[in-house]
Amino acid sequence: MTALPRPRNADRRKRASRTSSALIPKPQTIALFILPAFLLYTIFMIYPLVQALIFSTFEFNGLVRGEFVGLQNFEQLFTRFPLNEQLPRAFMHNVYFFIGTMAIQNTLGLAFAVLLHRPRFGKRFFRTVYTLPYLISPLVVGYLWRLMLNPLFGPVNSTLRDVGLESWARPWLGDPATALPTVILVNAWMWVGFPMLLFGAGLAGIEDDLREAARIDGANSWQVFTRIELPLLTPVVGIVTVLTFIGNFNAFGIVWALGGVDGSPAGATDVLGLVFFRTAFRGGADAFGLASALAVLMFLFIFTVSVGVQTWFRRLEDRLQ
Amino acid sequence: MNNVNAMNKRRSFSLPRISLGSIGTTLLLSTYALIVLGPLIIVVLNTMRPTREIYRAPVALPSSINFDSYIIAWEEASFNVYFFNSLVITVASVTLATTVSALAAYVLGRYRFRGSQALIAYFVAGLTLPFRLAMVPLFLLLNDLGLIDSRVGLILVYAATGIPFSIFILSAFFRQLPQELSEAARIDGANEFIIFSRVMLPLVRPSLATVAIFQFVPLWNDFFFPLVLLRSTDKWTLPVGMTRFFGEFQTDWSTLFAGLVITTLPLIILFLSATEQIISGLTAGVRK
Repeated sequence: MTALPRPRNADRRKRASRTSSALIPKPQTIALFILPAFLLYTIFMIYPLVQALIFSTFEFNGLVRGEFVGLQNFEQLFTRFPLNEQLPRAFMHNVYFFIGTMAIQNTLGLAFAVLLHRPRFGKRFFRTVYTLPYLISPLVVGYLWRLMLNPLFGPVNSTLRDVGLESWARPWLGDPATALPTVILVNAWMWVGFPMLLFGAGLAGIEDDLREAARIDGANSWQVFTRIELPLLTPVVGIVTVLTFIGNFNAFGIVWALGGVDGSPAGATDVLGLVFFRTAFRGGADAFGLASALAVLMFLFIFTVSVGVQTWFRRLEDRLQ
Repeated sequence: MNNVNAMNKRRSFSLPRISLGSIGTTLLLSTYALIVLGPLIIVVLNTMRPTREIYRAPVALPSSINFDSYIIAWEEASFNVYFFNSLVITVASVTLATTVSALAAYVLGRYRFRGSQALIAYFVAGLTLPFRLAMVPLFLLLNDLGLIDSRVGLILVYAATGIPFSIFILSAFFRQLPQELSEAARIDGANEFIIFSRVMLPLVRPSLATVAIFQFVPLWNDFFFPLVLLRSTDKWTLPVGMTRFFGEFQTDWSTLFAGLVITTLPLIILFLSATEQIISGLTAGVRK
């Protein structure tokens, strides 16, 4: 997922004047150009999305849609065992996942961006290396670390023993107390290059004159960072926060590989993505209605929070300027 | 004169201090680079070591160069089948999505007509929609069309998911091309499709590459859609095959590591050959 640029009005006006004078082709020609993309997108993307909304209010029997049942599916999500226990638990895990990722991955990404912003020996190398892991499939990253963290034959514990930190060696993914923090760290290992690149691009957009002026006024590097760079990075912090939120609440492959479809051990790594999958495709005869209701709730939640966070950051930005 | 001397002195004094700090920073950055590269290196090294050696010492150099594990993963663990499926499905989806998106983006980027802005908004809205949540209706739709457990079905779905991003990027690029070129071609009697394919398309080739790469990576890595939409193992892609592989070969670590490398290698090659394109595409929204 990439960050969307906000439309810039000046650009827009210039472009408009350039295109509006053009000779507009016949409607049939326009239709021929647009129709293939329009049909593909509408049939396989928009239509199912709209249907998810409708399905959430219907009863299902296997693949067959039954009667309209109002909000009964939604009610079932919170009353039927074991969903009524799994859903809040998975939701809280997603919240911890988000907080942990903000605190570890994005802070680290910002630090790397600042350190790599200045001309530095090996800058390109570090940038390339740090961004390398997020090309790997989340599922593969998960499996890779499952081998790395294996309690008996895993390189992590064996390295800890070799350097005399034997007491640190533990079944990282086997112990419910460490399983979720380990998932957060593995996920951060994979994604840290992403905030680093976004913050790096943000830093590159700050005029060097501003930094120079602050330095002449006697500011040290830390003050330049906290007083000049960080406030100007507010929009990027907003983008990173929203993208992290969306990414964390959609986590699936990496958690599947590390903890399996049930979020082992003992549901300690269960997240909403896994609950949704189990509800839809490992559930009973009426699974499709329930899963659609869950999908609608997840969408509403993710959408509302994303918009809320964006608005909040925009206000903060205005206040800082 | 004195002042200049003092400044020179200060500068020559502060230089070693700065480099001491930067040594510390370089050390820090190198440590983290090791945390990233270490596991990847261990994976590659362990593909060349027999499993019992890995069990004895998880981190060690291979005693000999031996690629048996790759052969086992490729032939016995069906990675040849998964790899082929992944390649066909990903390339077909990217080609289809980029083609239809380029056609639509050309008209939407170049011309203003009634509803053109609404159409752009309609397409770009797909970027923000959590499409995976539509899995149940999508499953039923493909079931009705007889496209469950079909590579074609998966390709159509994947191509649809690639359209919003492609149209968003490509229409911006088409918009920036000078008007004179198409007018000259039109005077020469070229029709709209000729202008598109012969004049305009070659000019946006770099952005076509960016758009294609950006679709390729997530599709190659996707796990959710093939997990739900494909059933027979001979149609599985690498990520779904991986789940079966990790169950069947769980005691054969050497082969497991080889499977991880085979799955990832195409992306590493792609990344190293197009680093700048990937980085600039990722940060397109932030850079001024």
